[in-house]
This record gives sequence, C-alpha cells and structure tokens, in this order.
Amino acid sequence: METGIHELTAGYALDALEPDERRAYEAHLSGCETCQEELASLSDVTEALAVAASGPVPRPELRERLLGAAHAEPQVVVPFESRSRRSVPVLSAVAAVAAVIAVGLGVWATQLSGDLDEARSALDSQRELAVVLADPEARTVALEQGQGRLVVDPDGRAVLALRGLGPAPAGKTYEVWVMEAGVPTRAGLFAGRHDADLVRVEEAVDDGDVVAVTIEAAGGVDAPTTQPIVASEPV
Amino acid sequence: MEVLAPTVLAFAHSEPAWSMRRQHAHLSDEALVALVARGDEPALAELYDRVGRVAYGLAFRVLRDERLAEDAVQEGFLGVWRTAAAFRAERAKASTWILTLVHRRAVDLVRREERRRAEPLPDELVARAGEAAEATDEAAWLRFERERVQAALAQLPDVQREALELAYYGGFSQSELSERLGVPLGTIKSRMFAGLARLRELLDESEQEGSWRPEFTS
Repeated sequence: METGIHELTAGYALDALEPDERRAYEAHLSGCETCQEELASLSDVTEALAVAASGPVPRPELRERLLGAAHAEPQVVVPFESRSRRSVPVLSAVAAVAAVIAVGLGVWATQLSGDLDEARSALDSQRELAVVLADPEARTVALEQGQGRLVVDPDGRAVLALRGLGPAPAGKTYEVWVMEAGVPTRAGLFAGRHDADLVRVEEAVDDGDVVAVTIEAAGGVDAPTTQPIVASEPV
Repeated sequence: MEVLAPTVLAFAHSEPAWSMRRQHAHLSDEALVALVARGDEPALAELYDRVGRVAYGLAFRVLRDERLAEDAVQEGFLGVWRTAAAFRAERAKASTWILTLVHRRAVDLVRREERRRAEPLPDELVARAGEAAEATDEAAWLRFERERVQAALAQLPDVQREALELAYYGGFSQSELSERLGVPLGTIKSRMFAGLARLRELLDESEQEGSWRPEFTS
C-alpha cells in the first residue's frame, strides 16, 4: 500500500493520475516527507516541460478578462493576531485553513478573530468546508437571491457562503435544498448568524442544479413549505 | 524647476497603475503571491505578465483550442487568486505552482472534452510561435529554453519520451496510457518516473553547458 502510493509521485507531477488517485496521493503527501522532497525535486522538470510547450501568444483580451474576474471576487484577509502565530502547530494548521476560507470567500474573517478556543472548535468543524473552498478547481456560482455565493468542487461537493442572514426565528430553522429540475432534495439544516454562515450542502450538486434555502419549522421538513430566501443560479 | 514640479505631480496622479506596476516589477514571484493573498490585484497582474504566456502556451498545447486554453489559464489564475494564502514558498517555486494550477485545469478540460490530440503540433503553429518569440528579449529567452528542453527530450529513450509527452501534453492518465499502448500499468509508471529523472539529469547537464562555465580538470 505504502510503496504503491509512493510510486504515484511521477504521475502526480505530470497530472497523470485519475481523480481518486490524485486525492489519495494528496492525502498521503501531507504526511510523507519523502514524497514531498521527491515531488519538489521534479518541479523544475515539469516547469521545463511547460516552458517547452509550443503555442501561440495569448490575446491581450485574456489579461483583461482574467483580472476582471479576479476583481469580481474581492478578498478580505483574516488579520491573525500575534498570539495565534505563537500557537501550537496543530493550531497554525487550523489557522492556515482559516486563511484559506477567508481568502476563498473574501468575507468570513470576523468569526475567526474572536476567542481562540471558540475559533478552534468552529474551525475543526469547518475543515471539510475548507477542503472544498481551497480547491482551485472549485467553481463559484452567484446567488440569484440572497447575499453570498455557492462554491462547488468538481465532485459536486458544495458550500454555501451567506452573509447577513441572521439567526432563524424562534422555533424555526434554515433548511438547505438541492433542486434538480425543480425537484427539491433535503440538504441540511442550520441556525444562521448575524455576520456570515458557511454551510455545507449535504447533497451532491450537479450541473444545472439550484441550491436554495427556506425557513422551516425546527427539525426541518421533507419538502419546502415557504418561498426560498436564498437561491443560487443554476450550477 | 518650479515650473516642472506641478507637471511631475500631475503625472504621478494620472498614472497610479503605472507606478504600482513599477513597484511590483522588482519583487520576486513568491513575494507577489504573498501580496495576492492580501487581495492585491496589481500583484496578480504582474504574475500574469510573468507567467501568463508560458501558461497559455502550455494550455494551448494540451487543449489545441484558443477558447479552451483561455478558460484554463483564467481558471488557473483564479485558483491563484483564491488560494494564494495556502501557497508555501518552501515547498515549490511560485511559477511552478501557477503552472501546475493551469496545467491541471487544462488536463481536466481535455479529459472532459474528450479531445485527444496528442500528435505533434502542425508546423504552421510552431512557426507562428517561433515568429512571435523573436519580438522581445524575454521571448528570446523563452525560445532558448524551449530549444534546450526539446533537445533534452529528444535524447530520452523513445518509450520514456512518449510516456511523458502523452501524459503532460496529451492529458492522458497512467491508466489510460496503459490501455492505449497495451502496456502494463506498472511499466507506464516506471517509464514516467525514469523519464522524469533522466530528463532532470539532461537538463542539469545542458544548463551547465549553457552557462559557459570554464571547466577545470583536477
């Protein structure tokens, strides 16, 4: 098993792995110094292969388009206090994940600047969210209704990033739906916060689906009974 | 002198973008990534100006389509924009990281589009790329590097070169190549590994030759 995964280094460097192998290798890589070193030693070669690719020069429009797209996703960075920099390695790993969350979404900094312990437990539960948010291949989908955005990775794992929703009314909850061709599937509940919510969509999201949020009775319901207060554009 | 001063001031105010780009021009790629992580758009522009051309050439080589290559470059750079804070300079060079993001995106697109054009580029396109490369010093450096790497590739055993090119430029996975070439998966893996290791040696050698260092014999 171990030797098998080591053998994937060259394939990984060339992007010649299948998606599941790639993920397995990345999981292995974070804890394997041998593979990290080997991969680093191959990076000059793959860069040389990139330089050797013959191709036409890009149109000037590409530069404008790309910078315009970046501008449309403004960033706000978490200002980490000095005490968090001095913290134990586990916590700095969490802090790095937090930075990724904040950078990826551009907003959700405020909840991290409070008490560290609180932030830590909140972040533990958000690690899975961060995997989606940090994926450079994840797409950002705008919301047709509500403030925020939807981020969907190539496997259909999705995170809703919502701003200013506020806590759900007493006796009520927010419920997430994945609408496939207009048919809603339950995709999780959350309580809502004043500043920002990061919500894992608990169902896979495919091309053309819409992710929506309604206010429902506490405990959730099997089919929406109210109009959505949040709705994404079709993915 | 007193007459000139207001003119200079006016110039400085009318060209803020220019002055920011000049500030960025002397920064390392890694410093630029750190700025990008703070939401600095001119730093992203500077990174594009440095790496964008190679990134596009690479994406075009994989995808053989201008529109798709543009998409791959844009999405790769948006990956840079979104995840710059996660970049660790001790792990990799910034340019390599950016090219990896663009390449991965191109490979995903080529697999999705079922575009399987691993054959060499038509001469006409190579010629066009060559012509453009004459234009500037930077492009001349690129052409020199391209020739150096192509010369090193040409020295690899055929089966190793084929495995590297079909994977990196053709977007084929190891499993797909095993099937397509009718060779066991383990053989494909070793060819890629041996090919990359040998290519690294050849590039190191040619780099030493290229720097015209005097050779001393002991």
